Amino acid sequence: MSITQYNGSAIVAMTGKNCVVIGCDKRLGQQALTVDMNFEKVFRVKDKLYVGLPGLATDVQTLHDRIRYRVNMYDLEEERAIQPDNLAHMISNMLYQKRFGPYFCEPIIAGLTEKDEPYIMGMDLIGCLSSAPDFIVGGTASDNLYGMCEALWEPDLGPDDLFRSASQALLNAVDRDAMSGWGAVVHVITPEKTETYHLQGRQD
Amino acid sequence: MVPANRRGFHFDNCKRNELLESKGSITAKFTKTGTTIVGLIYKDGVILGADTRATEGPIVADKNCEKLHRLTENMYCAGAGTAADTEYTTNMIASKLELHRLNTNRQPRVVTAASMLSQHLFQYQGHIGANLILGGYDINGPQLISVMPHGSTDKLPYMTLGSGMLAAMAVFETKWKPNMERDDAIALVTEAVSAGIFNDLGSGSNVDVVVITKDRTDYLRNHSKPNQRVPKQTSYKYPPGSVSVIRKEVRYHSNANQSPAAVVPEVVMSES
Repeated sequence: MSITQYNGSAIVAMTGKNCVVIGCDKRLGQQALTVDMNFEKVFRVKDKLYVGLPGLATDVQTLHDRIRYRVNMYDLEEERAIQPDNLAHMISNMLYQKRFGPYFCEPIIAGLTEKDEPYIMGMDLIGCLSSAPDFIVGGTASDNLYGMCEALWEPDLGPDDLFRSASQALLNAVDRDAMSGWGAVVHVITPEKTETYHLQGRQD
Repeated sequence: MVPANRRGFHFDNCKRNELLESKGSITAKFTKTGTTIVGLIYKDGVILGADTRATEGPIVADKNCEKLHRLTENMYCAGAGTAADTEYTTNMIASKLELHRLNTNRQPRVVTAASMLSQHLFQYQGHIGANLILGGYDINGPQLISVMPHGSTDKLPYMTLGSGMLAAMAVFETKWKPNMERDDAIALVTEAVSAGIFNDLGSGSNVDVVVITKDRTDYLRNHSKPNQRVPKQTSYKYPPGSVSVIRKEVRYHSNANQSPAAVVPEVVMSES
C-alpha cells in the first residue's frame, strides 16, 4: 500500500462562472481504522484563496503550517495580497526543494484572481504543476472523483449549480472509497463572499 | 527549524521516508510525462515537437500540458520523464543562460546549454529523471542535442525521445531527408508526434511545435488538435435541495460592500 493512502482523503476543486468551489471529506484514519471524523483538509489562505492538502496527515499539517508561515512572510515583505498563481508556485517550490525526500501530499489550490477569474491548480508530491480548465481532484478517491467530475462538470455553472455538482461528485466518489468519507466540507468562493457548507454523508 | 531560504535540495525527510518504506509502504507515484518528443534539423533551422499528455500511473493527470520549455530566445528544450524534473531543470538552466547572456553580452550558444544540462544531470547521477531534446540556432547554425538523465549527450540531425519514441522514429526513418522545406518539416514533425499520440498510450492529446531559425522563433502551441472533445449530449445538473446540508457559514470578503461581521453561521437542515 502506498503511504499516500495511509490516512485516506478526497479533495475536489471545480471552476464555474465567476466562482470556484473546493471541497474535502472529513475522515482521518489509520488504514482501515477510523480515528477522527472531523479532520478537514482544505484550508483558508486568504478570503478568496483556499488550499486543499490530500495525502499523509502528518505532512498535511506540516505543509499547512509551512504554507501559513510563508504566506505571512510574503504579506510582510511584499505588502500586498498573495495571488493564486503566486501561491501555486510558492508551494511547488517548497515541494521541489524536497525532491529526494518528499512530503506525501499533492496540494490543490482554488481561488479567485485579482480580476475575480476562477483559478484552480494541482500538483504532484514533488511540485509538478498541472492546470485544468474544469476541475482538479486528489486523494485516495481521486479515480472515483475523475469519473464523477467528468460526468457532472459543465462550463459556466453558477455558484449554486456548481456547489451541487461538486458536492454530489464528492459525496458519491467517497461512498465508493473505503478510505475517505464521513461527511464533507465544501467552500463556494464568489467575488462577494465564501459560503462554507458542512454536508451530511454516510457514517460507514 | 531549517531556514526557509536555504538553497538547493533539502534532505530532512529522507530518513523518515526510508523508515516508512522499510515498514512496507510504497512511495507514491510522481507525475510522468509519458511522452513523445521529437526534433529535427531542416534547411533553415531546427524544429521541436511534443505531445501534451501528462500521466500519473495509468491516469491522465493533464490533458494539455506544455513540454516545450523556453531556454532563451534562440533555444528551446523538449522534456520527457519525471515532469517536475524537466520543468525545474530547464527553468534553472534558462535563468543561468540569461545571466550568462547579460554577463558576456553575447547570444548564448547551444553547446553552452547542453554542457550546463549534462553537467547538472551527471552531478545527480541519474536521480533527476529528465530526458531532454535541446534545439537551437546560434553562430554555429542549427543544432539538435539530446541529454539523458545520467548526463550523456548525442548530436544528431533528427531524434525522438520518450515512451512514444519508437512510433515517432518509424516516421522519421521513412520520411526524413536533409535540407527539407519549412512547411514539409513542420508537417513531418506533426506526423511523427501524431504517431506517438495514436500508437503510444503514454502520449496523447495535441501537438506542440516550435520552429527556431536564424532570426526568428515561432512557438506553435497546439499546432494540431486531433483529439478535440465533442460537447456533452446530456446535462447532469442536480435539482436544488438535492444536497443535505448540516451547517452553513458565510464569510463576507473585506473588499466587498458587505457587513464586516466576518463569519455568519447559519443552521439549516437541508439546502434552501
